[in-house]
Amino acid sequence: MVNFLESFLRVAQHADGGYQPILPGLILLFPLVGFVINGLGAFLWRDSKRVPSLVGPLAIIGSFAVVLANFLAMHAAMPHDPAIVSLWTWMAVGDLSIGVDLQFDQLSVLMLLVVTGVSSVIHVYSIGYMREDPGYSRYFSYLNLFVFFMSVLVMGANFAIVFVGWEGVGLCSYLLIGFWYENREFASAGKKAFIVNRIGDFGFLVAMLLVFTHFGTLNFVEVFAAAPETLVFGGGVVTLITLLLFLGATGKSAQIPLYVWLPDAMAGPTPVSALIHAATMVTAGVYLVARAGVLFAMAPVSQATVAAIGAGTALFAATIAMQQYDIKKVLAYSTVSQLGYMFLAVGVGAFTAGMFHLITHAFFKALLFLGSGAVIHAMHHALHQVHRHDDPNDMRNYGGLKNVLPITWGTMWIGTVAIAGIFPFAGFFSKDEIIWSAGSYGYTVLWVVSILTALLTAGYMTRLMVLTFHGENRSGADVRPHLREVPAVMWVPLAILAVLSVVGGWIQIPESLPALPAVDALHHWLEPVMEPARQVMTEHGLHQAHESPLGGGEAVWAIMSTGLALIVVMLTFRALVHRRYRPASESETPTGFAGILYNKWYVDELYDRLIILPLLALWRGCWRIVDVGLIDGTLNAMASGTRMVGWVGSLFQTGRVAGYMFWFVTGVVLILALLLL
Amino acid sequence: MDIETYSLILSALLFAIGTVGVMLRRNVIIMFMCIELMLNAVNLTLVVFSRSLGIEAQVFVFFVIAVAAAEAAVGLAIIISIFRHYELVDVDRFNLLKW
Repeated sequence: MVNFLESFLRVAQHADGGYQPILPGLILLFPLVGFVINGLGAFLWRDSKRVPSLVGPLAIIGSFAVVLANFLAMHAAMPHDPAIVSLWTWMAVGDLSIGVDLQFDQLSVLMLLVVTGVSSVIHVYSIGYMREDPGYSRYFSYLNLFVFFMSVLVMGANFAIVFVGWEGVGLCSYLLIGFWYENREFASAGKKAFIVNRIGDFGFLVAMLLVFTHFGTLNFVEVFAAAPETLVFGGGVVTLITLLLFLGATGKSAQIPLYVWLPDAMAGPTPVSALIHAATMVTAGVYLVARAGVLFAMAPVSQATVAAIGAGTALFAATIAMQQYDIKKVLAYSTVSQLGYMFLAVGVGAFTAGMFHLITHAFFKALLFLGSGAVIHAMHHALHQVHRHDDPNDMRNYGGLKNVLPITWGTMWIGTVAIAGIFPFAGFFSKDEIIWSAGSYGYTVLWVVSILTALLTAGYMTRLMVLTFHGENRSGADVRPHLREVPAVMWVPLAILAVLSVVGGWIQIPESLPALPAVDALHHWLEPVMEPARQVMTEHGLHQAHESPLGGGEAVWAIMSTGLALIVVMLTFRALVHRRYRPASESETPTGFAGILYNKWYVDELYDRLIILPLLALWRGCWRIVDVGLIDGTLNAMASGTRMVGWVGSLFQTGRVAGYMFWFVTGVVLILALLLL
Repeated sequence: MDIETYSLILSALLFAIGTVGVMLRRNVIIMFMCIELMLNAVNLTLVVFSRSLGIEAQVFVFFVIAVAAAEAAVGLAIIISIFRHYELVDVDRFNLLKW
């Protein structure tokens, strides 16, 4: 036991620059212990809310504190090489030796900071949101387990450990989407997420095997160091590896063609949507691409694919978000769209910009989800009190909530302007850097798409705000008096995230913006990790242009985009605020183009026709022919053959002693004859 | 021909008579006696061979006699209980034990 603990607390084996990971094992141990305690609690003290309320959030906050200490230590030392903490050897077979190794470098620590930080806030929020749920303890155990696996994913120092985390978060996602498993629809939403993710995981797994065959190791440090020599730039192998890795990323990060699970994942509790399906798990794909930046830099074809899919997803999902009425669905499609932005960034080679948007998006999307959770919570309680069964998620049942939910209203507006990319909120800086990277690297089409998406983003978010908080209240006269602002345990997290949504972008301010201090903190921070990828790209002639496709510097376009976004917000607001919506039960479904968007471009139906129905037919064939015909047929034939033999044998048992005697003597005579002759 | 050959022929005849008797007769008592006849035919064979092969064969004879005695006790008991039930000893009438 002592040895086991020691390996958890052991410091790095080779670290330079004076940085040594501080208590690395505790980052994992805290959530794991929280999971165990809360998991036991789900069985042992089902009705006690005190233990999970304490253990759940404290486990994550403890983890966050350790990460923060590591961040500060690393910030002081700025090591050039990653520090590897080897806990134990997982498996050693032939040439393959996989250790449970944790990697501490600028990228993983930054990601950990976001993951544990946002998780802490959301855990606290969950105390309020889930207070009346019978599965309270179970909820916190799953949530703790999720943070554990997410940390494994982020800290893993080789593909195998990352894959363990990758599968683990998928499992927790499944468990939490189907948290209210009594509802058949919710349970199958969980299944859908799990199955769609399997397709991506298959890509990850094959990529991992390819890496092993070509490098003989799965350790990130060795693979990325050897990649430029071992593999041919732009060759088939590296392209295949990166495309397969990206297939994994499209599954986990909900990109075309595997994005369909994310909107359905909104069946889970809202804090889960905020944590797993907006801020952390779905960004794992972006993290993976950034982590394997060297490999992607060596495969221009994959890079282009990533960028194109990212941009396509960004625009596609944004159009769908324009016509959704479920508040969480709007945010879900918005998440898919923003993830598309991140992939666009890493696809054009701007890995830091992608990570930047990942961070700011974690803040403002978590804020928006938690805000929507506050609205749903308030609506649910009010509807519950008057025993009505209207949909508390449908924005057509909201309207004018700003008077009853002032704090939620204010913080959500901050999130909205942040995601719309309006100066000086967080989204402005990160989105601007992505748009500028796309433009200045010469990807004109992607640049146009990204600007268009930014405008759509401003549009659908304003629509969400207006439908929810402005205009007349449509919830009904009986419900209205029961609407209340959420308790402090829920609005304080909103406030924290709102502050982060404002200042989160200030870690990276381009110097070309006038009248602002240039801040280069993020680029500087990620420099040691991203440098190899940048070197590869520079060597092969990818130079950064300094103009957008239409001319003008970064500052011009930044001001233009923020101005445009602002105009879109104001126009949408003005156009919608006086429109009379009717409650969901009285409205008819949209028709025409709006109907197509409302029905999500019929993609689910298309997948049904093209993939699921043929597969079902195939499986039905397999069942009828192989299962029933071949396997069952053989078994049944064997069984009836045995019965036949038994039936023939039973004819000898006549009950007549003389008969037995006859056969007995005949047998003896036959055997004797055989022996003697 | 010497005495062994005659004895072996005699035991073979006794065995054959016993076998045919078991197969053809229907009276349980007779069948039982035929089985005893077969056993004693074997005993005779063993005694004959013990002349040339050594005294060990006679040990088997005592075994067979002991087992035959036990078998006779059990067998007669069964026969008596069957007779008490059916009041007859014809095996063709005892045919309930079958599939």
